[in-house]
Amino acid sequence: MGALAARSPAIHVVALTKRYGNNLALAGLTMTVPRGEIFGFLGPNGAGKTTAVRLLLGLARASSGEGMVLGSPLGSLEARQRIGYLPELFRYQGWLRAREVLELHCELARVESSARRVEIETALETVGLTGRGEDKVETFSKGMQQRLGLGVALLGDPELVLLDEPTSALDPVGRHDVREVLRGLKQRGVAVFLNSHLLAEVEQVCDRVAVVDHGRVVAQGTLAELLAGPQVRVRCTGLDGAALAQLEHFGSIHQDADWLTVSGLAGGEVPALVAAIVAAGGQIHAVDPGQQTLEDRFLQLVEEN
Amino acid sequence: MATLIIARLTFRELLRRRLILALLSLTAIVIGLTVWGFSRVPGLHLGGVPLTPAEIQIAAAQLLLLVMFMFSFVFALTCAFVAAPAIAGDVESGVAQAVLARPVRREELLLGRWLGLAVPVAIYAVASSTAEFLLVDWTTGYLPREIVAAEGALVVEGLVLLTFTLALSTRISAITAGVISVIAFGTMWLGGVAGAFGQVFHNQAITEVGVITHFLLPTDGLWRAAVFGMEPASFVVLARHGLGSSFQASSGASAGYLAWVGFWLLAVLAVALLSFRTREI
Repeated sequence: MGALAARSPAIHVVALTKRYGNNLALAGLTMTVPRGEIFGFLGPNGAGKTTAVRLLLGLARASSGEGMVLGSPLGSLEARQRIGYLPELFRYQGWLRAREVLELHCELARVESSARRVEIETALETVGLTGRGEDKVETFSKGMQQRLGLGVALLGDPELVLLDEPTSALDPVGRHDVREVLRGLKQRGVAVFLNSHLLAEVEQVCDRVAVVDHGRVVAQGTLAELLAGPQVRVRCTGLDGAALAQLEHFGSIHQDADWLTVSGLAGGEVPALVAAIVAAGGQIHAVDPGQQTLEDRFLQLVEEN
Repeated sequence: MATLIIARLTFRELLRRRLILALLSLTAIVIGLTVWGFSRVPGLHLGGVPLTPAEIQIAAAQLLLLVMFMFSFVFALTCAFVAAPAIAGDVESGVAQAVLARPVRREELLLGRWLGLAVPVAIYAVASSTAEFLLVDWTTGYLPREIVAAEGALVVEGLVLLTFTLALSTRISAITAGVISVIAFGTMWLGGVAGAFGQVFHNQAITEVGVITHFLLPTDGLWRAAVFGMEPASFVVLARHGLGSSFQASSGASAGYLAWVGFWLLAVLAVALLSFRTREI
């Protein structure tokens, strides 16, 4: 690996576009994923997340735009040599044993034959499949197959791991285990590209996030940059449109049935907000100060888009 | 390197899915039944008179051609059935995504699949037809004139259909690739039969139908080359004088035709490689 490639970001794409006939699946994706970070790639169903992963791996070709993965062109053998990938459709040959699936991918990933045994045992242990290596994949539950898929993605000492919905079939224990695996990868300096719509999970592990909708990135940055900071939720009745307009100077207001969410509130302004609601004729039933969650921000971005 | 890994994986799949076991078991049963039938031929009587050695040879040759026709048909369909899901099935199931995310070229995946299917089916065809020929020789005394040429033609016939189906499998679903391939095979056989009738009745237009089908998808052309190697010399003489049936051949495959078949195989494989290389997965 050249020095330039070693310094390059894990992923850098500029204006990546993918068109299927008249359908624009990805509309000018521009993003940079630094090395050694966990990057959350979020979006509603059909937003273009899986299309982006396919372009990164060279499984599909971009209609326009360009990019590099680990300093090599998208889909190149050099890039794929250093990538671990868990597909969304994590199906492996059901007639193979779990250990054989791992052996196959060790061979394909060009892992030295002397190192394969240790690699396989470590992968099985990491994903919680110790003792199940001799079982056929077709006897595994979906969750166990997903664990195996994660184990496959970890083989070959990858510098970048692309995970497409890695916890969709897992129970809460499995999800916790995956989060621990991701943190372990980060500690080893491995970049993780986490494609998911499980926002709470992303919020717990990701350093940086991009939100994609209708094939475009609508926001990206660190979680601190992306989230609006303090907010207060007020359950109140009796406010009309004019009364709501009077409250706008407190911050960004989002109404969901009886709940008002006011984001960007300056510190210590909650009593003033409550007084203003009462003065405008509103009846207050509850006040819940807190921090904007990624889910709140995600919904806000998708609605705005 | 990846080609050999995929080829080995493909062979292991044939074993694990018990395809080879099923083929060998059923073939053993069929060979057993046909050999029993052949063993009765020397004892047959015609008008109360036992068959002469020459008549036994002709009866055995005719029966062997019928048995081998069935074998070539089943063998060709087997090639189509194993090749149809080889690429399409992997793409549909997501297995191809996981493999191609590794440093594996698409050409390596396709050639590995081809190799992993072609070698076992070729060995199967040679082994089972050799067993049939030797057992027929043992029971009736009839041994085809050109065993190597006949078996070679049978094997290549299967490989032609396997390659054709694999090429289809790079673009369309497994079931559709299989159906198209079987229909194409049947159509070529009918075209070949029509061409043979054309020769018997000296009809130029119908004869040309056979010639065209032999070049378009050379399965029937190769079957006829196999027939030439399996039939006795007397059948060849009859066919050359327009007195044979449409299931007999007057000549083997010419060097030119074999060159065409070689070119055809390489060209279709190249088209398959190009098709798969540009496919979005």
